[in-house]
Amino acid sequence: MLAFLTRRVLGMTIVLAVMSFVVFMLIGLMPGDPIDIMIASNPELTPADGERLKRLHGLDLPLWERYRNWLGVALSGDLGFSRTYNRPVLDILLPRLGNTVILLGLSSLAAIAIAIPLGVIAATRPQSPVDGAINLFCFAGISVPPFWLALIFILLFAVTLGWLPAGGMGAPDACLFARLEFLVLPVATLTIASLAGYTRFARSAMIEVLRQDYIRTARAKGLGPARTVFGHGLRNAMLPLTTIIALDFGSLFSGALITETMFGYLGMGKLIYDSILGNDFNLALVGLLLATLVVLIGNFLADIAYAVLDPRISFRALEAA
Amino acid sequence: MSSIAPLTGAAQSEPPLFWLRLRRSRAALVSAVILIIITSLALLAPVIEFLLGVDATRVDLFNQYAAPDSTHWLGTDEAGRDVFVRLLYGGRISLLVGLVAALGAAVIGTTIGLFAGYHGGWLDTVLMRTTDGVIALPLLPLLIVLAAIDLSKLGIPEAIANSEMASLYRIVFIIAIVGWTTVARLVRAATLSVRTREFVRAAEAMGTSSAKIMLRHILPNVVSPIIVATTLSIGVVILLESVLSFLGLGIQPPIPSWGNMLTNAQELATRAPALAIWPGTVIFVTVMAFNFLGDGLQDALDPRSVRR
Repeated sequence: MLAFLTRRVLGMTIVLAVMSFVVFMLIGLMPGDPIDIMIASNPELTPADGERLKRLHGLDLPLWERYRNWLGVALSGDLGFSRTYNRPVLDILLPRLGNTVILLGLSSLAAIAIAIPLGVIAATRPQSPVDGAINLFCFAGISVPPFWLALIFILLFAVTLGWLPAGGMGAPDACLFARLEFLVLPVATLTIASLAGYTRFARSAMIEVLRQDYIRTARAKGLGPARTVFGHGLRNAMLPLTTIIALDFGSLFSGALITETMFGYLGMGKLIYDSILGNDFNLALVGLLLATLVVLIGNFLADIAYAVLDPRISFRALEAA
Repeated sequence: MSSIAPLTGAAQSEPPLFWLRLRRSRAALVSAVILIIITSLALLAPVIEFLLGVDATRVDLFNQYAAPDSTHWLGTDEAGRDVFVRLLYGGRISLLVGLVAALGAAVIGTTIGLFAGYHGGWLDTVLMRTTDGVIALPLLPLLIVLAAIDLSKLGIPEAIANSEMASLYRIVFIIAIVGWTTVARLVRAATLSVRTREFVRAAEAMGTSSAKIMLRHILPNVVSPIIVATTLSIGVVILLESVLSFLGLGIQPPIPSWGNMLTNAQELATRAPALAIWPGTVIFVTVMAFNFLGDGLQDALDPRSVRR
């Protein structure tokens, strides 16, 4: 168990280190130098001041030395300031992270809650019209551009029918319940985006499991179809599903970026997008690393869930894998 | 002669079997027809433009948001340009990006998969751990960073970095360098099983170089998963291109693409909902067709796959 944890934490650290290096280098290649922007927006500053400021902040050094300096300061716990908000980056990121976790959590739960019954229905009736309809729905779900789906939802439910707000968050101090109407369309968009993939995997995992000997045994001993499918089938089919859902966290976050941007939902994805476009490099860098960390932790938790769900898998087996 | 006949017979029976299997999948066939129609319309865009007597680039502020009529089949957009012909020109770009970026990703993925699967050992571990890492990353924010970097700071000549086509080259490149993971995994898995076959062992025993074994003996036997994964990834690439262009980071106007035709659609949603509906529908239909085609190809190419 301890060896497994050590290995995973080490692996996550490596991914984060590589990611921070790559993103730092890429951000060094972005147009618009923060000091140049500062000079352009302040007539009191001369180009000579700019040079001095760049030296002061170490911006005249080669990129890799700047990375080393940044890493040293970051590891001591100082992640720096946001240029546009003029506040420590974590003060801005953490509330946004909370909003994103609400969005991701609700839509993951909804997607799983719909995908599993759909997958079971399709798997127990292969080649039937119902199976065909679910299959068609899945293909539509993986083929629809998520931002366009959001656009259609806004057109339909906000502009035409006027049932729900087209975007925004509601009053900042309102409780979650008061914000619910602002969550419906973003959660629905994100749910549909991941639902189709989950359903396809649920179906194929279930079909695989239903061909196993222990299902035949369960039927032979006179167990009813419901108990066979749910008690013996679904529990085993959940295992591959856990892996798929875990691997999907990264694309789920990408989906959150689109959804948040479309609905003006103040989450991390929108913040990262805005900070990249707004030349707020430090915020973008830390935001991307935080997003990566969240995704990695999601993967990690799914691995643990896998071991807990499957008594055949021990942590020792995970270590060897 | 008689000993050769059954061999050629077997070889000749392969394509018909493949077509037979593909024809069984109605969805794949319908998709293929739809894709052929969309591609030919896009290729014929200048001809259609001429026949309709419209100019897709001409801004006509006296004719904004025109309703569909016999000249402007789908009406005009916020700048008075013909929506239908712009969709066709946008299709050229979106399909081109989809095809080229998917092929680029397939080349990268095949190379990585072949090396990992054939050499095994630490190389396999490093390559596959990297692949897993890339799969787990939140790719869209990373793509946005890649799409936002200043090409001239990379040492690319200003003339190319600031040219109209730069956004096209860039998007093909950045999608290819993040999109290779599926192909790499499939090719590695197929390579692992081909590697142990007798003809590979024989080639190794004859002292054939590993590069030649990978190219001449393994690659031809792992073509099926490559074709399937590439077909499926064309759809994914078109989706990625559309979202990046929509966010203003992909194909840059005045070049039309299905994604950047939607850039203004959100602000115009109340005024002209049709402008939001058409490009999105075309993306949706095209991507779905590529997905159905890929699925059908998978069933047709993989003799072990049973239609379940």
